[in-house]
Amino acid sequence: MIRSQHSSSVLQQAINRTGWSLGLALIFAAAPSWSASDSDRQQMKSLDEQVQEIKSDVLGIAAELSQLEEKLLYPSGTQVAVFVALEHGDPLRLDAVRLSINGQPVAHYIYSFKELDALRAGGVQRLYVGNLPSGEHRLEVQVNGKQDGGQDYTRTQEFTFSKGIEPELVGLTISGGAPVTLGNW
Amino acid sequence: MDRATSLAGLALLTAFASGQAAGGELRDLHYGEAVFEAHQGRYFEALQRLDTELAQYHGLDEPSLDSLTPHLGSAEFSVGDFELNYRMHHRAGRAIQRVLEADVEDAVRNEAAYRLARIHFQKDQLEEALAALGRIRGDVPKAIRDDIEFLRANVYLAQGRAGAAVSALRDLPVGADLTGFAAYNLGIALLQDGQLAEAVEQLDEAGRIGSSDEATQGIRDKANLVLGSLLFELGQFDRAEQTLDRVRLEGPFSNQALLRAGWSEASVERFDRALVPWKLLLDRDQTDAAVQEALLAVPQAYASLDAHGRAALLFGQALESYGVQIERVDASIDSIRDGRFLEALVREEIRQSKDWVIRLRSLPESPETFYLMQLMASHDFQTALQNYLDLEDLRSKLLSWQSSFDAFEDVIRVRGEYYDPRLPEVDADFRELDARMRTRLEQRRHLATRLQGLLTAPQPELLATEEERVTSERLSALAAQLTNSGSPEALALLPRLARLQGVVTWQVRTQYHERLTAAHTHLAELVEHVDALAKQHHAFVRSRQAATHGYLGYDRQIEQLRKRVGTALARLDLVMGRQGHLIETVAVRELKGRRERLVSLQTQARYAVADSYDRAVGAQQIGQVQ
Repeated sequence: MIRSQHSSSVLQQAINRTGWSLGLALIFAAAPSWSASDSDRQQMKSLDEQVQEIKSDVLGIAAELSQLEEKLLYPSGTQVAVFVALEHGDPLRLDAVRLSINGQPVAHYIYSFKELDALRAGGVQRLYVGNLPSGEHRLEVQVNGKQDGGQDYTRTQEFTFSKGIEPELVGLTISGGAPVTLGNW
Repeated sequence: MDRATSLAGLALLTAFASGQAAGGELRDLHYGEAVFEAHQGRYFEALQRLDTELAQYHGLDEPSLDSLTPHLGSAEFSVGDFELNYRMHHRAGRAIQRVLEADVEDAVRNEAAYRLARIHFQKDQLEEALAALGRIRGDVPKAIRDDIEFLRANVYLAQGRAGAAVSALRDLPVGADLTGFAAYNLGIALLQDGQLAEAVEQLDEAGRIGSSDEATQGIRDKANLVLGSLLFELGQFDRAEQTLDRVRLEGPFSNQALLRAGWSEASVERFDRALVPWKLLLDRDQTDAAVQEALLAVPQAYASLDAHGRAALLFGQALESYGVQIERVDASIDSIRDGRFLEALVREEIRQSKDWVIRLRSLPESPETFYLMQLMASHDFQTALQNYLDLEDLRSKLLSWQSSFDAFEDVIRVRGEYYDPRLPEVDADFRELDARMRTRLEQRRHLATRLQGLLTAPQPELLATEEERVTSERLSALAAQLTNSGSPEALALLPRLARLQGVVTWQVRTQYHERLTAAHTHLAELVEHVDALAKQHHAFVRSRQAATHGYLGYDRQIEQLRKRVGTALARLDLVMGRQGHLIETVAVRELKGRRERLVSLQTQARYAVADSYDRAVGAQQIGQVQ
């Protein structure tokens, strides 16, 4: 590719002379594109590799820390997590989800466009994680949003789920055209 | 070659993971969570989730039963994808290599090979990039077919194999995404291959592509700018001017195009026409290099038109403007040296905006970033900046974790204070209850064994009721007494006693089967109660263990993690300091370059002012004489 050159000296000559016979260099005078020197590039490369190592190290710490956190705060015997997913291809514009467990509000989440896009792309959100004793529990879900045509959409549903000795992962699949479905994942 | 352009052309991250997830029903929540995070650009969190999930999966005894199994291929692929997006090229390369070596479908392997090639290309490992592309065979996903050939052509160009690049680009079936880029790169490849006439024709074609897409319009402008410059060099000034006229006035190449269009006119001494584009430039941002040159070119054109008075005035204005700009550049250099550039870079509110580089200018005391725009747009500098920002994010995370250790220890201490005095008492009560329970369980087991024995060797007396047993024993005792007395009256009663004993025996024997059935039924009922009791027992044992696990055994792990976080922070601070210093050094060097150029322009303007005044005065005197 053609590289730009610096040419103030050529401009000087052009100004000092009455004529305008300019070389190609002048053409590129006003378009200085920056590129790193070999020494800078070498340093950047070395730093880039060190940054990658730090990222790897911090990811390892994060994994261990999240295990510790889970063990300490949400032991498997009492852990309950509620996940939210959107039905594949559903055009519902999800605005908010409220969760109550055994009549107690535990989560109220308002979605940004970015989060909604992530749900539409197949992402699953961990909306709530907490502790519950084993046995039967009541889960109330309230969904607010807008339908494809712009109409308001509100749906409230109740479910019961049974908490055993293992962590309970409850998945809620939301759709604008069908009831919320609950599945033990 | 121009890396920025080629990389822009290659920018087609197809979000494989999401595609996989969206394509079928996602049955693994944790993989779904990783996809959710990745789609919001939170690649660290996505990797954290997916790494943990995959590590757990590979540690399972029967992984085939796990919900991740149907998604394993795409999950492994996504790791590489997320790492690539998080600029961890080493790990991404290894992850993609694993996919390549695994037993996967052609489409997945080919996508992996393409991505690996792209990583090598970005790292200037051109032979390796071609080797990775060479591994593509069989079924190639339609979405990347054109991209593969486009990448191949770019690798050839970077290797200086212009002829091969020309062939690859000519064979490329032009897709909507690559239309402008492929046409432009073909023009450049022809130019590098020495096919000047074909290059001009191709760049002309690339400069006429109709599109509403911003990126395509940008590359079209660039094609026109390069072609215009080339035609100028060839002395085809009219055609050069016409070509440069096609560059959009509001596009990023507009200033350069206007400046060069003016030079094209000036080269054939049409100074009045040269003034048209140059005067447009005078109304634009004075920090732009093209505008700064136009400040000097406009009065020179007036001088050439013998309007020396006006030229002197404009040279004076240019002189003043250069002085102001030099002061701004000096202030920017000082600002960078005081660390304000790096401070501005990490401000969260700035980074939320898509145009954060431009918004930097609005911050008080931040450097004049317009001078750094070209620097900041370059691939190498972008990588350095992104690394600095990533390090800042990691630093925030590590600092937050560091403080969370104190909270964890607090939780553990509070739990210890609660459980320590209570658990010995609870344990003592439990041991007593446990002993009683075990006795009862032993009794039940004994009973069950005896009942089982009755099925094979019936013993009706064992199922006699309490009343029957007492009655039978009394009758036997009476019979013994009567026999011992030896009186005839007593002996006469013995047959009656025997009949009564017979009634009891009859009852016990005739009801034996019913009683055996009832005994089994009662035992079964007992089993239910015992099972409920066992569940309560297990629940207690679990709760008791959970109580212990809630506060014991964490000290070492927390201490180790605390040390790791501390070490990582120290290392991060060191690397961040170096990265920041490099960014500042490069930025200051860039600004110094701009300053030198401004000083040079200022010197030229200063001479030109004096010269123009002399000529204006001279012309005036000649006029007066005449």
